[in-house]
Parts: sequence; structure tokens; C-alpha cells
Amino acid sequence: MLILILRRLGSMVLIMLVVSLILFAIFETDKLAVAGKVLGPYSSTEQREIWLEENGYNQPFFTRYVIWAGNAMRGDFGQSLQLKVPVSQVLWPRLANTGILALCLFAIMIPLSLFMGVLAGMKEGSFQDRAITVFSVLTTSIPEFASATLLTAVFVFGLGWLPGTSSMTAGFSFKELVLPVLVLLLYDFGYITRMTRASMAEVMNSQYIRTAILKGLPYQRVIMRHALRNALIAPFTVIVLQLNWLLSGVIVVEVFFAYKGFGKLLLDAALFGDIFVIEACTLVAVFVAVASQFISDIGYTYLNPRIRFS
Amino acid sequence: MSTTAANTIERPSALSRFFRGLGLLRESPIGMFGAALVLFWVTMAIIAPILPLLDPLAAIMPFQKIGAVAPDGTTFWLGTDDKGRDILSRVIWGSQRVLVWASLATVVAYFFGMLMGVAAGYLGGWWDEVISFIGNVLLSFPVMILYILIVSYLGASGINIVIAVTFASAPGIMRIVRGLILDLRTRDYIAAAQTRGEPAIRIMLVELLPNARGPLIVDACLRLGYTVVAIATLGFLGLGLPPPDPDWGLMIKEAVPLGSFAGHMMVIPALALSSLILGFNLLADGLREISLRD
Amino acid sequence: MNNQEQPVLDIKDLCISYYTRAGEIPAVVDFSLTVKPGETIGIVGESGCGKSTVAMAIMQHMGSNGGIKSGSIKFKGRDMTQMSDEELRQLRGSEVSMIYQEPFAALNPSLLLREQLMEVPLTHEDINREQAYERAREMLANVKLPDPDRIMNSYPHQLSGGQQQRVVIAMGLLSKPALLLLDEPTTALDVTVEAGIVKLIADISRKYGTSQIYISHNLGLILETCDRVFVMYSGEVVEEGTIDSLFTWPRHPYTHGLFGCIPLPTADKNAAPLKPIRGQLPLPHERPQGCYFGPRCDHFQAGRCDGDKVDIEHVTGSAEDHMVRCLRWQEIDHTKEAPGGEAKEAMELGGPVLEVNQMKKYYEVIDSSMKALISGDRVKYVKANEELNFNAREGETVAIVGESGCGKSTFAKVLMGLEGGTDGEIKHDGKDVSETLVRDRTDKQISSLQMVFQNPSDTLNPSQTIGGQISRVIKKFGVASDKDEVFNMVMKLLDTVKLPRDFYYRRPRQLSGGQKQRIGIARAFAGNPSTVIADEPVSALDVSVAAAVTELLMDIQRENKTTLLFISHDLSVVRYLSDRIVVMYLGHIMERGTTEEIFEPPYHPYTEALLSAVPIADPEVTKREILLEGNLPSVMNPPKGCPFCTRCPRRIGDICDNEMPPERQVTDTHRIKCHIPIEELQKVEPVIHVPAPEERLGKPEVPASTH
Ligand SMILES: Nc1ncnc2c1ncn2[C@@H]1O[C@H](COP(=O)(O)OP(=O)(O)OP(=O)(O)O)[C@@H](O)[C@H]1O
Ligand code: SF4
Ligand code: SF4
Ligand SMILES: [Mg+2]
Repeated sequence: MLILILRRLGSMVLIMLVVSLILFAIFETDKLAVAGKVLGPYSSTEQREIWLEENGYNQPFFTRYVIWAGNAMRGDFGQSLQLKVPVSQVLWPRLANTGILALCLFAIMIPLSLFMGVLAGMKEGSFQDRAITVFSVLTTSIPEFASATLLTAVFVFGLGWLPGTSSMTAGFSFKELVLPVLVLLLYDFGYITRMTRASMAEVMNSQYIRTAILKGLPYQRVIMRHALRNALIAPFTVIVLQLNWLLSGVIVVEVFFAYKGFGKLLLDAALFGDIFVIEACTLVAVFVAVASQFISDIGYTYLNPRIRFS
Repeated sequence: MSTTAANTIERPSALSRFFRGLGLLRESPIGMFGAALVLFWVTMAIIAPILPLLDPLAAIMPFQKIGAVAPDGTTFWLGTDDKGRDILSRVIWGSQRVLVWASLATVVAYFFGMLMGVAAGYLGGWWDEVISFIGNVLLSFPVMILYILIVSYLGASGINIVIAVTFASAPGIMRIVRGLILDLRTRDYIAAAQTRGEPAIRIMLVELLPNARGPLIVDACLRLGYTVVAIATLGFLGLGLPPPDPDWGLMIKEAVPLGSFAGHMMVIPALALSSLILGFNLLADGLREISLRD
Repeated sequence: MNNQEQPVLDIKDLCISYYTRAGEIPAVVDFSLTVKPGETIGIVGESGCGKSTVAMAIMQHMGSNGGIKSGSIKFKGRDMTQMSDEELRQLRGSEVSMIYQEPFAALNPSLLLREQLMEVPLTHEDINREQAYERAREMLANVKLPDPDRIMNSYPHQLSGGQQQRVVIAMGLLSKPALLLLDEPTTALDVTVEAGIVKLIADISRKYGTSQIYISHNLGLILETCDRVFVMYSGEVVEEGTIDSLFTWPRHPYTHGLFGCIPLPTADKNAAPLKPIRGQLPLPHERPQGCYFGPRCDHFQAGRCDGDKVDIEHVTGSAEDHMVRCLRWQEIDHTKEAPGGEAKEAMELGGPVLEVNQMKKYYEVIDSSMKALISGDRVKYVKANEELNFNAREGETVAIVGESGCGKSTFAKVLMGLEGGTDGEIKHDGKDVSETLVRDRTDKQISSLQMVFQNPSDTLNPSQTIGGQISRVIKKFGVASDKDEVFNMVMKLLDTVKLPRDFYYRRPRQLSGGQKQRIGIARAFAGNPSTVIADEPVSALDVSVAAAVTELLMDIQRENKTTLLFISHDLSVVRYLSDRIVVMYLGHIMERGTTEEIFEPPYHPYTEALLSAVPIADPEVTKREILLEGNLPSVMNPPKGCPFCTRCPRRIGDICDNEMPPERQVTDTHRIKCHIPIEELQKVEPVIHVPAPEERLGKPEVPASTH
């Protein structure tokens, strides 16, 4: 087990190294271009040269990479070109905002989708199964910005119940969170539900469930004691990995509703060419993804006695 | 038995096998519905040039409601947009655009993904280590971020979208293929091929890959759906196929600020997009259901 | 047994159907059976005949698409088909329990066995957890599991297959059920482990008075465990009777045919070969009119056997419950038929073709445990094959026998060049091939050494046509290259393996298991090999089909004077077809010799146990009982001295634990690897006693040439 954790940690570090190297290579190999971005398109070559010299850009590539990576690890990602403030100053509050969104989402989605999935998988082919399955395909088939559009059309323009933007200019407001969370929920819950359903259905068809039934156990005990535990291992890993998905989905939703989160920051930076913000955001996103992969791997091993004790 | 008997043996045609396969889909109503949706959009995309559509780029009359009739008698079945372009025509031409690029991107992604997967799964050892590591690195990027990075770095164009989709999807395809191959390679017919000294390349491409096709067809369907979403999303974010040619994502993006008084402008492309993706998802579901039964 | 006593189970005219998209499948028709208290009933039949369906019907657990159409299942007088779910639940696990084919799949992988065991009495009886724990522990001890406390606190995957099955049996017995159903409980286990479980099962009814229904496809196992037997064919019972009566005087042509298909000690590949039943089991919806066995029956009479449905009737003049479903049972005189097929000529053996000298194959594995990491001892060797020595001559059949993990398949891999040997040599046609991987061998070398695989379901590539796969071999080996010539050769091969020519364009999915194995054989022989290695080629097939495939394999071998290496775990098949036998255990050859030498003393203690473990479907054959304790050790962690020392009943002391025994020579051809001197081993009794033909009751006409 310990070995496994160490090995996973090792590969996690390795991936982070490679990803950061790739990022650095993409954005900062061409030094003059970097200086051009910083100083603006109308800066002269001499000005750029001076800036490069001042900021230590004339060192060899790998030395620069090491310094850059070291700074990044300390949370220093440089100065945002667009917002003219240190990247870390915008990054963390934005991440926190996205965190709130994610928290609300998970708090509703996990119980809901697990429950629906178990309900559907318990009796394969039954009415409840078909209804839940069709509903979840339907909702996952609507891309986030399309469902955002449709929901806005109904709740904002049609009924006028909810605000159409969530920029929270007048302070934090739950009302403004409703639509973004709803959109993410619609898109993501179907996946976990279907995953849970498949896993549950497989377990219910397994021979050990047959054994449990033929032992004469009450149906409730068969489900609670024998089925759930095995059926929830797979969804657990999916839920953790969902963080990675969420980071994708969140961009669209934040842009749509003008929510001041991490995703909007990244997109704005990408459109503007704000390389230091892009670097920072990508690194953070990849770190979240890799870390969730790590947690999911370890969790899977822990939940699965067959691997845990071998 | 006489040798003439040999000549009387009839060979079932490939076509008849194809139709029998298609006939199986009849047993899944869900799959049928999905296939119908997909087929509808594919047909639209193909016959768009011969349909009596208005010019999708021509500014005729802005902000017409659904079914409005122009003074000269032309009907805007789905209304017009803020620039006065016919929405029906834009939606249908948009379907052609998104389907062409999505298919192309998926095919390219599959090409690389399958090669990597087969090599990793069958050759194992260092091949596997290296390929899987590359896959893991790429998979550690949230997809949308990878798209944004690549497209914003290379610029927004069809080809660059194909490249982005390849980077984002090939590792996933690689993983699936690798898993399938790892399972298939333990079969006795592979051992039989090995023991008669078949070269590795033949074993990979002729003996192994064709047997992985079942799950891959299902996955390809799903992936086509994802790719359509990705292209549309990029369009929505302003990183998609360049205007002015109609693009569903871009149409929605442009319509959102005007949503309060021209709701049809955003709802119609959103519905079109959702129905196409729903079609792919249901078709994949149906195919999976059928393949599980046999 | 008291006949007045109420039967535990009374099934009357049971009809069960599955409903699929292809329509209704009548899996079981008019099935009747009674089980008296303490009685063990056997149900025997080939795959798909409906055995499991009957078992699941008794448990009233038919799955979503199965249903009982008519008939009744009375348990202690109450009709189970009319019970409510709650009544059924109270019955299941307490009054009726079931043991399954795959013990590992039957146990919940993520619950401690303690939990899984204790919940049975906790559900059905009014006791507390301590009492339940005690009960479970006690029962584990009763099924002869060592260290019950440790097992109570284990997960299923931490036990071996045999131990898992014992746990499942203990679980079934925990509530002292009146009826125990066993569906092929030993099929997934090794022979010596199976013998232990069979003994345990046979003791249960004696010890607890439990009635049992034992389902199996193996007549030998039924003989060892049951009092009465039901023979099923295509969803119905064709014959039933007591073990003695049915095994000695089988009346139904199918039952009789089955005995002709299994390699009993009286069968002999030349003098009295197996006599396969032609054709195959009809699918439930393709059953013929009249007698279901009609199309395969040698005694079929048109106009009579294909008329109305045949009823089951009492066999007058034999035991009172011997029943048979055949219109002509009185007319057919089975004794007139030779028990086997037509005699064939014995084969001349040629010069040596294959010589294996000191062949070794070690696998390197990286030990990733913490301990190994600290001690730096990370590379471990798994000795899959240790000093193999034997040879084979032209036209000879050499069998390699052993249980799982003994290294049979590893040897096949090295021989075929899929992996290189570690040391020693394998000379094939005079050339050492042990270190030449297949890609470095010449086409000639490759084609002269071919293989038939075990598993019919994946021996053929599902996405290629049959013809294409055979043609490929012919072209690859350069036997022929002209298109028509290749085509004609494939046709000829199809004829050789007795399959219709229009199989050329079929795909494997459209073939039955036996047909696929035939194609596998055709493929192996397409390049005119001098040696064919067959890895359990028939173990996955039904008896009647297996017999046909075995005979086919030997016919082709005879014709081509091929050397056949036959890998198997089943000593009765091996005895039937091989000239010489190599017995392996954990990578070592424990004994080798001619077939006669292996089956007669002196035995290696392992061979002795193996012989005793093989069930024989002949009530007049007696065996000495030798049960092995413990599990097969893992190859990763073999004992230091004699590989067999952990289970050897004849272990003579520390020398066995610490020193590798020498290979002792008994005759020119016979070697035994054991510390016990040959003279001692010479003194043991033969394990199997086959009565002389004239002492026999049932089958008077055994050809004298067999023994
Ligand atoms: N769930 C099912 N749906 C449809 N048909 C089934 C189902 N289960 C079994 N059958 C069919 O019913 C018949 C009897 O099957 P059953 O499993 O009882 O045979 P069996 O004698 O136990 O065979 P085996 O020796 O292979 O275990 C077969 O023809 C089988 O194909
Ligand atoms: S009834 Fe006829 S076909 Fe059937 S077993 Fe008897 S003799 Fe053979
Ligand atoms: S050497 Fe000892 S342990 Fe091994 S078989 Fe002979 S007696 Fe048994
Ligand atoms: Mg069965």
C-alpha cells in the first residue's frame, strides 16, 4: 500500500514536471515575443532587449525554467498583463469563487446521482430504470451553453425569476448561483448516474448477490450490505475524476453567466494572450486534475479489499 | 465429396452482412430514435446545397420572428437574426459545417489513438510505458483547457480544431484500445498466430484490431457527440470556426446578449445542437445494448 | 430408507421456459423428481440440457426472463411455486441451500467471510452474534478447514479455490438445511482438490442427514456421491434409477451412448476405442418430433420414434424405480453391442522426433513488497520448469499430466518458441529449438511443430472466416500458393475433420464448440506437422463431443504418423490415448514411464494420489482412497526440498523437506523422483482395481486385449 502511494506520488510529480516544462516551452521559448507581450506591440527591439536583460531572460533555457518553476511553486506567477496586478492576487480569489460553485454543485449532485443510479440499477429494465436512464441521457446531451441558453430563455426572459448574470457585483448572492449550478448539475449528474447504474446493475447480476438472495437475507440487507458497497467503488473514482471535468465545464458556465471564477479568468487570459495568467491557471488546473487522479487511485485501492490485501 | 462441390459454395456478400447488422438496431427503440436524429442531420448536411434555402450569409431583414413573411413573399420559417440572415438556412448549413469538421477530427483522433493503443497493448514493455505516459500527461489537462490552449496558441481554424481534438481525444481512445487489446491478446487465436510466426504488425492490425471493433464503434459514436460539443463550445467561446460561415456555437454566442427580445435566435441553434448530440448518445446507447445482448 | 416418510422434495411435471427475443425457449419439459430424507440425487447431462435450470427453479430464482409454466415443486408438502416472497425467503438458506460452480464468484469480494457466514444464522434464527460466530467457526472446522479463526477474518480472495468452496459449503450447511443443491461444485477445482470436496459432500448426508441434489456432467462424480441418478437430455429425464441399476444396466440408448464416450478403464485406443454419439444436442426450440434423441440414436425407427412424445416408463424386471423414456428399450439388447467402437490397428512407432534434455524455464519477477525493497532482494525466480527430460518418437503419443500451475503450458510455450528456455535443450527433428524464438525459426521448423488449443470459444479469430484462417496457414507455410490449390486443400482439410464444405465462408460465431475444435485441428495439421502439441483439447467439450474430437485427433495422427504431445489434467483420458506419460508437479517431472508403468506400482506418491482422485464411472471398479491435505503450493513460493512434501501422505521425514529427491530409475523407460527407495514403492497395492471380464455383472463382453 505504502509502495503504491509512493509510486503514484512519483508519477504525479513527474507529470507535473513534464506539463510545466511543456507550458514553459510553449510560452517562453521565444524570449522576444514574451517581452513583446509584456511591453506591448509598439515597444522597440531595444526596449525588449533591456527588459529581457533586467528580468533574467538571457540565461539558458533550463536555468530559466528552474527559476520559473521554483517561483511558481512559491505561488509567484509574475504580473498579469491584462489586469496589471500580480497573478496570484487574482488567481486565489477566483479559485475560491469557483470552489464555492463546485461545492454547491457536489453537495447536490453526489447524493442525487448516486441515489438515482442505485435506484435505476437495482432493477434492470424496470420502469424506474428506463425513466432514469432516458432522463440522464437527455440532460447530458445538452451542452452546457445550450442548456444555459434554454434555462435563461425560460427563467430569466420568460418567467423573470432569476438574474441572467452572476457577476455578484452587489456582493454575494445565492440567487445568482442558482442558474450556474443548475446548468452544471444538468450536464454532469447524468454521467455519474449512468455510471452508478451500470455498476449497480453489474453487481446485482453477480453471483454473490444471487448467493445473498438465496441465503434468504431480507432484500434490504442484500442491497445495503452486499450490493452497495461493491457497486459504489466505481462511481467513487468517477466522482473524484469529475473534478477534472468540472474544470472544463466551469469555463463555459462562468463565461456565460459572467461569474468571476477561475474559468473566466483563464478564458479571458487566453483571448488576451496574458501568458502568465494562462500558465498559472493551467498549472493549477492540471494540479487539481492530477491530484484528483491520485486520490481516486488510492481510494479505489483502499475500497477494494482484493487489492488492499495483496 | 467431389471437387465440384467446392464450386457450389456460396459466399455471403459483404452488403448483406452490413444490412443484417443494421437490422439488429431495430431491437433497440432508443437506438433507433438516436439513429433517426443523426440520420436527419446527416441528410440535411448532405442535401443542404440542393435545398431551396435562402443565402445563409445574405442580410435580408433583421429580427424577424419565427414564420414571418417578407413583403416579397419569402417566408422566414425560423425567423432571422440581428443581421437579417435567415436562421433556418444558417442552422442547416451550420449542421454541415459541424458534422464535416467533427467527423474529420474524430477520424484523425481515432487513427492516432488506435495506433498508440494497439502498440501499447500488444508490444507492452517500453512501448507501453512511454505511450501510456504521454497519454497520462495529455489526459491530465482538463479537456476544455487543452482546447483553449491549443486553439488560442495556433489560432482558430478548422485544421487547428482537428489538431486540438486529436490531442484531447487520442489519449482516451488509446486507453480504451489498449485495454481491449490487453484482453484480446490472451486469446488462443493470437497464440495460434504467434506460433505460426506471424509478424507483429499483422497480428496487431489483422488479428487484433478487427475484434476490438464492437466497443470502438460505440465509443466512436459517443466521441462524435463530444466533438460536436467541443466545436460548438469553442465557437461559443469565440475560439471556433471563423465567421461569417454559420456555426452553431457562434450563433448562440451572438444571440445571448439579445436574448431578452429575440429569444428564438438563441433557442433554435441550441435545440439543433442538443438534438444532434442526443442522437449520437442514444445511438451509442442502442448499439451498446445490442452488443451486450449477443 | 423408509418409503412411508414424506419426501423432502417432490417435483411434478415441471415445465420451465425462458422468454427471449427469439421467442419462448422451453428449457425443461415435464420434469418429475422426488427426494427422500437423507437421500442424494444426481442429475447428470450435457451442457444446456437444463440441469441448472432445474436447480434454480427449486430455489425459485429464475432470473428476469425465466418462468415456471406448469407443474409443482413441493417442499415438505408445501408447493413452492405458490409461496409468497416472504415465505420463500424464510425457506432459502435455512431449509434449502445451494452450492455453486464457481466459489470465488459466489462470495462477496468486499465482505469479511465472518460477516457472510454469520448472517445466515442471524437471519434465520433467534441468536446473538457470539453464538452465530461460534456456530460459523464450528462449521468451518467441520468442513475440515484448518485455522477457522483466521478464515473467519479473511476476505474470499485470500483463500484458495478449494478453501473457498469449503467455505461456501459451510455457509450452506450453517442452518442445517433439509435440502442442499450442488450445481457442479467441483468443476472449477483441481483433481486432487476435487477429490477432497467430493469426500466432504459424500459425508454430509451421513453426518447431518441432509438430502442433496448433486448436479454434474461427470458420471464418475455422480457415482461417487449419489444414491439415485437422473439422466437428462434436452430438457427432459430420459432415464432414472439407482446408481447400481443404472450404471450396470443402462437402458436408454443415450445413457448407453454416454458410457461409450467416456474413457473407462476398459477402453483402449486400438482394441476398444471410444464410440462417440453422432450429431449434437438440439437447441430447445429445434427439438425433433417424438423422441428428442431420435436424430442421434442408432436404434431410431422411422414411423415410431418420430411419432408422439415418448413417455417415461418403468423398466420391468429391474429395480423398482428404474425408469426409461424409450419406446424400444425392451427390444434393444445392449449386451450385443461391443462397448466400444470398431477396433483399429495399433501404430508402429518410428525414430525419435523430440528430445527434451535438462530443459529449464525460469521467469524473473520483481518482488515489490516492502521487505524485498529493504533487503534489496528484489528479483525473484519463478521456476516454472525445472530440468525436464523426456523424448517422443514418431507416431507416439506422450501425455503431460498435472494440475494447475505445474508448468505444462510453460513447457508448451517454450517448445512453440513463444518464449525462450532458460537452460537445457529441446531437440526437434535433430535441431535445438529451445532458445530459438518463433520469429527466428524457419517456416519449415514452424510448420512442423503446431498446436491445438484448449478453449473452443477463442481458438478461432471471430472476425475472419473459417476458410480464410485455414488458407492463411497453408499460404504462410508455403504448402501451396496458387489460389485454387489452396482452396482445394482447405476443402480437403474440412473433409478430413468431417465438417461440411460450406463452412468455408462461415464465421466462428456460427459454429458449436466441437466444430470449432475440429477447425482448430484442421488448422494445426494444415502445414503437415511432424509434432502436434494439444493443450487440453477436449476438456471444455461435452462428453459426447469430446469423444468424437479425441477420436478424430487420433485418426489424423495415425494417418500422418504425427507425434502427439497431449497435455491434460485428466488421467483417464490420458490412460486411454497415450503411449507414455509424464507426470508433473510444480515444474518438476515427478514420474515418467509408459502408460502401463504409470498405472501400476511402483508409483510416485503424487501419481498414486492423482490416480485415486480421478472419478471412474464404473461401479465395479474399486479404488484405494488417498486424500491429499492442504493446497497446491504456489510456484512463486515452492517448498525447499521435494515439491510434493507439503501434501505427501508418504513423507518420510525431514529429508523430504530439505532435499530435492533423486530421480530413480525403475526400468529403461520408467523414472520416479522420490526419496523412498523403489523397492518400498514396489510394495504398495495398485490404486485402481478393475474386475476381470468374467467377474462382471453388467458388461460381459469386454475385449480380452485390454488387460
Ligand atoms: N437466462 C436464460 N435465457 C434464455 N435461455 C436460457 C437462459 N438460461 C438458460 N437458457 C437455456 O436453457 C437451456 C438449459 O440451460 P441450463 O443452464 O439449465 O443447462 P445446464 O444443463 O445447466 O448446462 P451446463 O452444463 O452448461 O451448466 C439451454 O438451452 C440454455 O441455452
Ligand atoms: S425412442 Fe427410438 S429414437 Fe428414441 S431413444 Fe428409443 S429407440 Fe432411440
Ligand atoms: S520425496 Fe518425500 S515428500 Fe517427496 S514424494 Fe517422496 S516421500 Fe513424498
Ligand atoms: Mg449449469
